[in-house]
Parts: sequence; structure tokens; C-alpha cells
Amino acid sequence: MNIVVCVKQVPEPTGTNKIDPNTLRIVREGVDAVLDPADEYGIEAALQIIEAQGGTVTLVSMGPDRALEAIRRGLAMGADKAIHISDANLAGSDALTTAKILAAAIKRVNPDLILCATESSDSYTGMVPGGIAQILDLPQLTFARKMTVADGKVTIQRQLEGGYQTVEASLPALVTVTGSINEPRYPALKGIMQAKKKPVESLSAADLGLDANEVGQAGAKERVTGWKPAEQRKAGQIVKDDGNAAAVIADFLASIKVI
Amino acid sequence: MPNIWVLAELTNGKVQKVSLEIISKVRNFGDVTAIVLGAGAESQAEILGEYGAKKVLVSEDPAYSQYLAEPTAYTVGTLAEQQKPDLIVIGTTYDGRDVAARLNVMLGCGVITDAADINYEGGALKVTVPWYSATTLVDVTSPSSTALLLVRPKSFAAEKLEGAAAPVVEQISLTLPDSAKRARIIETVSEKSEGPSLEDANVIISGGRGLKDAKNFELLHELATPLNAAVGASRAVVDSGWVPYSMQVGQTGKTVKPTVYIAVGISGAIQHTVGMKNSKNIIAINTDADAPIFKFADLGVIGDSLKIIPALTEEIKRRKG
Repeated sequence: MNIVVCVKQVPEPTGTNKIDPNTLRIVREGVDAVLDPADEYGIEAALQIIEAQGGTVTLVSMGPDRALEAIRRGLAMGADKAIHISDANLAGSDALTTAKILAAAIKRVNPDLILCATESSDSYTGMVPGGIAQILDLPQLTFARKMTVADGKVTIQRQLEGGYQTVEASLPALVTVTGSINEPRYPALKGIMQAKKKPVESLSAADLGLDANEVGQAGAKERVTGWKPAEQRKAGQIVKDDGNAAAVIADFLASIKVI
Repeated sequence: MPNIWVLAELTNGKVQKVSLEIISKVRNFGDVTAIVLGAGAESQAEILGEYGAKKVLVSEDPAYSQYLAEPTAYTVGTLAEQQKPDLIVIGTTYDGRDVAARLNVMLGCGVITDAADINYEGGALKVTVPWYSATTLVDVTSPSSTALLLVRPKSFAAEKLEGAAAPVVEQISLTLPDSAKRARIIETVSEKSEGPSLEDANVIISGGRGLKDAKNFELLHELATPLNAAVGASRAVVDSGWVPYSMQVGQTGKTVKPTVYIAVGISGAIQHTVGMKNSKNIIAINTDADAPIFKFADLGVIGDSLKIIPALTEEIKRRKG
């Protein structure tokens, strides 16, 4: 089984993202950056498949040079190799360009299965995985909370608002996974040491056949025309529980006629 | 006037509320065409007209509800290439997002997700999007000839249009290719919980890591009963497997707007607050006085939720007699 997992380095998700007022992009310099925790589920799912069935896991990532740190973490978890698309021209790429870049890189690996998070933990568009599937002419099975791969088919339980769907497709296919699918492993010291020697192929947009003027900010089909700080809710009454908290809350609920 | 298409999604043959919310908003800017695909589509034309759709394109091909994303994307994409609408608007639902991602590539267009407000200024689309944990409102436009827009449920009110004329109903004559029938839905299983749903509840009690253990969610359910509340959760505890994903409130979960939202042991990470900050009232209970949620709670209680919640349950039962 030849599996690709798309991964991304993101600003530490528990931190507060800052915005550069000039570029209107997320400030990534001087901010802690990590392998997107949402991507660890896809890596874990891929590792479990190849541990049972044999095969190769390739990580594919687009991001600046420092994103190599996040790729190394995925390799330390157990992925075999990686493709890192790093190119200054790619800064400011929109979802469509990102899907084009990742799809072009994935094509070189010709995988049976592509795994992605449902969305990244920094920009949250959720448009990239389905875009990759469309470009590579593959079915997309999304929001998987369970997945089995057997007999040339992938079957998932797809999360829904009030339940789930069982969905099946022949391979090759693209699957997006949710945080319910597994418990990602923590990289062991041995894995961290091995990761330093695992092959990482570095590519530019031109290597993938994409012109500088159709990627990055230049190629984006969305334009920011202005911005302002959002109006924030203000703090109300703050009380410290002195044994009377239940009565205080009940009084509040009564004041808004909930009880 | 822009030509605006809305993908009206069906659940069990009925048009989803989010689609009516979208139509109610965008009818102010142009002529709205609703596209309805799947069993029961034709019967929904009337209600779509009542909310302001002037034209309704329908197809009852069962494949739309038998396969994920691709049949719908194929049809909307093919029709859009022929008729070149200015704007296609889709709800941020599981299916809507899947379809939008493929359409984005098919049409090579701009896609704007998470629209909080929609306007046209001087004939140009202007969408307001909350960025960076909703701390910044950004105006975005798309220079592509067709723009794609995703709107979260409850972003706009669904209101019937007074004096709306009956819509023109047209059958879609496309034949779906077999290549669009790949991700097959074998079964759909409902996992309904008791009590009101998160979407409908007036009162929501949500738990986070501060509850310390999965079994302490039972305390929230005990409080939910006398309040007729729904129980929600933060992403942290859903990812930890304490409760199912269907209970998740936040950026990657549900967007809710109850009369009162009681956040128990939830620090108030942006991921969570995006989904609940429009609640009419917010009560937060947390041991950490510095928890970000206290910055915008209407009532913040610093204390141990494992003691306060059972006491509150008793207090409410007592007051209700």
C-alpha cells in the first residue's frame, strides 16, 4: 500500500494568531510553529495500515523552509519519506493553488490512498483535500471517524450532524480524517533519530510545472479589500465561589427567564 | 443585477434551514436561482420560492443521495460553466463543503469560506469574513467571473419574502456520468440523543477539560434535565474520546446561538468560542481566574465545577418545585 499524507506546519493552535496589518497574512515569524495536530491523525492512520499490510508512507507538505521541522516530526512518528514544496513565490497562495501544488507533488508518488485532515488548524477553509481529489480525478471520502482498507477498497464511517454514514469507494481514493479516528503515537527517541536520515525531496513550484504568476498572492482568486477589528463581547460580572455559586447562577438564570 | 445561485440541500427530502437563510440574505442583491438535487427536490420548489428564489432547477435522480459530492459537483459545475452565474452560495455543511471544494477546482474560481456578511458595493461582491479567531473582520472580494461562497448555518435569519411570486421550475436535463458515482453511501445511521438538539436548544451546557474525567459529563446531563438543555463539548474533550463528535461546539463543530450557554471547565480557546460567542448570554465556570472565557462571559464563576454543578442541579430542582 502506497499512502500519501498531506501535512502542514501551523502556528501553535492554542496561541492567538496575530495579523500583519500590511500583508493581512498570519504572522508566522517569531511564533511557535508545530506540525498541525489535525495532521497527526492521518499519519497515525497511515502507519496503522502499513504496519498491518506493508507499504510506504510519504508525507507531502507545502510551506517555508522551517516547515521541515514539522515534516521531521511526522517522519519521527514513522513515515518513510517526504516531499517538501518550499518556494518564496508560494507565499499567499489560496486554497485552489495549494490544491494544485499538492496534487502535482502527490502525482509523482502515484499513491493508492491519500489522507488529509478535514481542514488545517490555521486557515480552516477545508477546501484543499476535495480540490486535490478533483484535480487527480479521485473520489473523496470525508470526515472519517473510522476507516478500513481491504480488497482494493476503502470504507469509512463518515461523521454527520446526528449520526454517521458508511461510505465505500475503490482505490485509489482520498480520505479526510477527524480527530475521532485514532490516538496518534508520540515520536520515540529512536524515531526522532531515524527521522534525521529519512529522505526529504525539496521542490519548487517550477519543478511541479507551475508558473510563478499563477501561484502565491499573484495567483489568488480572492482579494482582501479592507479590515477592521471585530467588536468583542465585554466581560460581565465575575464572582469567586464562596459556597454560594449555585444560588448566584440560579439567580442569573431567573433574571433571563430561563427558570 | 448579479445572477446568484444557491445550492439548496435536502435532508430526508426537505430543504435545509441554512439554504433558506442564505436565500433570505442574497435575494437583496440579485435574482436567486436555487438548485435542488435528489429525491423530493421538486416538492421543495414552492418553499424556495416563498423565501425569494425566482427560479428553481430540480433533478430527482437518486444518485445525488447515493454518492458523496461528485454527482452534485458535476451538475452544479457543468451548469455553471454553461450559464456563468456571478455567485454560487453553499451552506457550510458536511456535504456543502465537499461539493464546494470540487467546484472550486472545476470552475477555477475564488472561494470565500465562513462569510459573516454579504454585500454588493458598486456592483462588486464584498464579503465580510471573521479571521484570526474572529478578532478581525476582513472584507474579501473575488475577481473571478464566478465566485464561490460558503455560509455557516445561523449566519442570517430565514424570513419569507412578502408577496413572492411562484418560482419558475426547470428540470435539469444532464445525465450523470458513471465517473461521478464513486464514493457510494451504503447506509446512513442516526445517533439521536435524548432531549433537545444543540441547534434547537434554548439552554446549552458544554464541558471541557476542566471536568477532568469523561465520567463527569454525567453531571452536565443531570443539570440538563431540569433545564431542558442540550449538552455540548469542546474540541479537546471530543478529540480525547470523552464524548462523540456530534456534541462538539466550535470552529470544527457546531455553531450555536442559545438564550444561555453555560461553559463548564472550558478555557475559551478561539476554536471553541467561534461556535458559541453569539449566544445571548454566556455563563462560565472555571477554576482558572485567567481563563480567556471570563473576558466575555456575562457571568463568570471562579470555582470548582465538580462541586458547583451538582449544587446548581439541586438548586434548580428546588426552585422549580
